Amino acid sequence: MSDARTLPLGVEPILLPPTGLSASIRRIRSLVQRYIYLLRSSGVRLVELIYWPFLQMLTWGFLQKYLSGTTNPLAQAAGVLIGSILLWDILFRSNIGFATTFIEEMWSRNLGNLLTSPLRPYELIIALSVWSVIRLSVSMIPVATAAYLLFGFNLLDLGLPLVAFFAVLVLTSWSLGLISAGVILRYGLGAEELAWSLAFLLLPLCCVYYPVSVLPSWLQVIALALPPTHVFEGMRSILLHHTFDAKELWWALSLNAVYLFIGYLTFSRFLASARVNGTLLKLGE
Amino acid sequence: MDERVEGFGKGAGAGPADDSVAAAGVPVAVRDLTKVYGPVTAVDHISFELAQGTTVALLGGNGAGKTTTIAMLLGLVMPTSGEVRVFGADISRNRGTVAHKLNFQSPYVDLPARLTVRQNLTVYAGLYGIANIPERIAYIAEDFQIEPLLDRETGKLSAGQKTRVGLAKALLNAPELLLLDEPTASLDPDTADWIRRKLRDYARSRGATLLLASHNMTEVERLADRVILLDAGRIIEDETPKTLIATFGRKTLEEVFLDVVRRRAKRTREEADESSARKAS
Repeated sequence: MSDARTLPLGVEPILLPPTGLSASIRRIRSLVQRYIYLLRSSGVRLVELIYWPFLQMLTWGFLQKYLSGTTNPLAQAAGVLIGSILLWDILFRSNIGFATTFIEEMWSRNLGNLLTSPLRPYELIIALSVWSVIRLSVSMIPVATAAYLLFGFNLLDLGLPLVAFFAVLVLTSWSLGLISAGVILRYGLGAEELAWSLAFLLLPLCCVYYPVSVLPSWLQVIALALPPTHVFEGMRSILLHHTFDAKELWWALSLNAVYLFIGYLTFSRFLASARVNGTLLKLGE
Repeated sequence: MDERVEGFGKGAGAGPADDSVAAAGVPVAVRDLTKVYGPVTAVDHISFELAQGTTVALLGGNGAGKTTTIAMLLGLVMPTSGEVRVFGADISRNRGTVAHKLNFQSPYVDLPARLTVRQNLTVYAGLYGIANIPERIAYIAEDFQIEPLLDRETGKLSAGQKTRVGLAKALLNAPELLLLDEPTASLDPDTADWIRRKLRDYARSRGATLLLASHNMTEVERLADRVILLDAGRIIEDETPKTLIATFGRKTLEEVFLDVVRRRAKRTREEADESSARKAS
């Protein structure tokens, strides 16, 4: 190799203050930028983001169309199935976005670099959360548009409650993402299946496709303790009865606060445990 | 030789009762540091300090405790007991207050493979709070001769190129303390030599403090002002390379290293034999 002498001190780094809100925002922005670079690096990733939700929407959309042509009582439930799948996808895709992006750091053996940089763990969490919403938008906006064009189902018809539904589902997805990320931190990539499967645990419990009343009474208690249940109940109430109970959503948002706290606590505890057990040194291997 | 604890707090004129103040003057102050994983003691009550502008090598065989020690200095691993202060801050509790003054490179971590070199450097420049990102990257790319690589995917680079990129990332913020784990592992001799010259020049021109863990004796002899020799998690020597060679009555550091490793192997065999004999009786 040619001359190894360091160049004269030409361009010194101008270092901004490392503490304070602006420093935090700058670090979060840098990490989100990293995820944008990653998405831009692969057209396949971009297509994949839309592919699965689109297929799901198509399947359920055709089923809805078929049922509406029969005398089945479900025929009255115009758009309920397709609405359910779109809202479920908000929860599922946001959770996957959070958890798999975290796993990506482990696959690429980058976590050691991140955790030794000035980035704080809570900034990593915020960056993952922000990114999950960006990823979700990339995925869901084209699919929701296609649902309107192909089946005449307009998600925006849910009106203002849609904003609250969205918030509840995304907050729940972050809680799940934090728990999965924490467990993977502590137990390594062997636990990565959790990132994919944890949200599915909610599928039967939060009554995506059927009302809570279908469940046995003891299971209804559990279902109602899950924030997404109130979203799916609310959606059905709007589409079938044109009514909406705002109290239910406030209750769901309060539950979200509890779950987010549990998620953050789980992540923090497992991160601390990974530091104690030395697993951060072995991640990605 | 005993562990070196002298100097902990020296320079600030403070006694042990005021260690936190005293340690603020030195880049690294480690006291009575221990890490235990289940039945294994990876690091066993070690104490040392790194003075500003020195290059110190942690030397030892596999499992001697080098990587664990560096990981504890970085806050990646929590000590079982003892204390690590970096620029006066307790790294277990206040890493955030000093993290911008350090940087790190290791073959055990990578930069994201799918991002280009420029993208990776941009992300890390942002994380380290650098305001003049494009100018700094252009400068460091020229310095490390990675300009032609800037728009290539990091994962598609050769081992030597990756090491240079990793070092460019590690020096982006011009760290006052640079921690390096096996900085020239798996490199050809020419590239390894280039990297060593680069590191030596960086430390001298900046007055930066370097701590490197290595198996490579040539590297240690060429770079280090001081060698901390680890064996089974303990500091067994803490000297300049020349003094160490003289103490062991050897010609090179490699011979010293082999001496230590073989003594250790012999001791392990003897302990195993004693244990078998006890069981038999």
